Amino acid sequence: MIVALALPRLAASGTRVVAVAGRNVVALRSVGWLAFVSGALEPFLYLFSIGIGVGTLVGDMRLADGSVVSYAAFVAPAMLAASAMTGALTETTFNFFGKMKFWKLYDSVLATPVGPMEIAFGELCWAMTRGALYSASFLAVMVAMGLTGPLSALAALPATVLIGFAFGAVGMLVATYLRGWQDFDLIGTIQFALFLFSGTFVPAEAYPAVVRWVIEVTPLYRAVDLIRAITAGGLGWFQVLDVAYLLTLLGLCLWGASRRMSRLLRR
Amino acid sequence: MTPMIEAAGLVKRFGDFTAVDGIDVTVQPGESFGFLGPNGAGKSSTMRMIGCVSPPTDGLLRILGMDPVRQGPAIRARLGVCPQLDNLAPDLTVLQNLTTYARYFGIPRREARRRATELLEFVQLSERSGAEVEPLSGGMKRRLTIARALINEPDLVLLDEPTTGLDPQARHLVWERLFRLKQRGVTLVLTTHYMDEAEQLCDRLVVMDAGKIVAEGSPRALIERYSTREVVELRFQAESQSGFAAKLEGIGERTEELPDRILLYASDGDAALTEVHARGLSPSGALIRRSSLEDVFLHLTGRTLVD
Repeated sequence: MIVALALPRLAASGTRVVAVAGRNVVALRSVGWLAFVSGALEPFLYLFSIGIGVGTLVGDMRLADGSVVSYAAFVAPAMLAASAMTGALTETTFNFFGKMKFWKLYDSVLATPVGPMEIAFGELCWAMTRGALYSASFLAVMVAMGLTGPLSALAALPATVLIGFAFGAVGMLVATYLRGWQDFDLIGTIQFALFLFSGTFVPAEAYPAVVRWVIEVTPLYRAVDLIRAITAGGLGWFQVLDVAYLLTLLGLCLWGASRRMSRLLRR
Repeated sequence: MTPMIEAAGLVKRFGDFTAVDGIDVTVQPGESFGFLGPNGAGKSSTMRMIGCVSPPTDGLLRILGMDPVRQGPAIRARLGVCPQLDNLAPDLTVLQNLTTYARYFGIPRREARRRATELLEFVQLSERSGAEVEPLSGGMKRRLTIARALINEPDLVLLDEPTTGLDPQARHLVWERLFRLKQRGVTLVLTTHYMDEAEQLCDRLVVMDAGKIVAEGSPRALIERYSTREVVELRFQAESQSGFAAKLEGIGERTEELPDRILLYASDGDAALTEVHARGLSPSGALIRRSSLEDVFLHLTGRTLVD
């Protein structure tokens, strides 16, 4: 009975979420193509310069489960995880912030039946669709270069979507606290620090125990750990922890973001 | 018939500041209703509560017979909102601004396109359909915002200062389109600090000042009740003005002293001016005009509407 009552409302809400996400597709057709394509390029640059270039100096890497892989196969999943993070953060901080504060776009959307939670979820879905396309192209190249198997690549795709969702939710929550463009420098720095130290280029085990513990609780480390286990090997119980961690992060931040948005926009 | 808007003892506070201080308003279907008042009178706060985007702090509010806090989405589905500042999407074309907006109401794509095309015709923007929004003039943007507010064929249209910042020609075009809506039987609720706008568009209005309603009625009735039929505007040399007000005592019904002129309220302006001259006073300028809502406002609050 309750389900029967809730279903039509849920369907209407779903339509509104799709409308919020779909707006971005319309905007893309008119102006944003180039920016869209350039976003896919970054992880390839890192993979070729460091994974393969620096890789010739580093040699092979030993993974936690004892298996040995090439440096490029070690770095590639980290680049994938990091680009899922970067893409999601850019979309949800930069673009979301601009739409909210400068275009006042959401003020006009909230005058319709669409609510704050639906806006948050709709924008996030768009960021994820975009991120999933980037991830798929990168995974295809990894398979072509023999850095992972086709089945592993297929398994890794939903994992990148989860990572994107989690960081997208973080970005949205952060965006509601931003005061102006000057705050983006700070975000950039934090993002870069995460990018460099989350077991991306060097395993976390290489650092002193205290630093290693700090690294292991950061979200990008969990994301890298998850993707690397899928594409390079060593899948185990730790990855269940990774998934639980990312799901929790997603839930908490999405809830927080929609609350903040209600407070900012529904005064 | 259920009123479109029903408010009783409606209050909006932001921290210590009371923006709306216990107002009672009822708007019937088909009516054109206005909130007239200076900036900061609480008009926009009231409109945001009516638009179900700002919860009331206290009092009763029913929109289309529903509760704005619990039934917000259902109410907003039947409202058309034209905000004070245009918030059109700069990354979409004129037509796309309407079609994407239609999607928020769950209007199917094909129907959205049909309505958007029709509305662009209505606001005379058809030739700009494929253009970007940014190069449009202020008047065009406002008309597009009005078109966007009509995309869901609303029962109630809310317009917050629909012509503020527009040049006279653009204002008249907006008024003319709004008047057509009114003729179609659409309920309009607007805020304004222009008396001529209120006179043109409103069947009935309330005058707001400092969060309270200070008068209510039709423009005609308000003028009859709070002002005289005619007004004589007298200008004197700046320094000498202060002494003159006292010398005008007994002419007309009353006087109102402004920084640059004295207003003399009388049923017969010509007779009053003759009397002024008969007393040996020679103002540097004199103008006889009909009373307006501005005079009503001045009488009620002691201040002018637009500073």
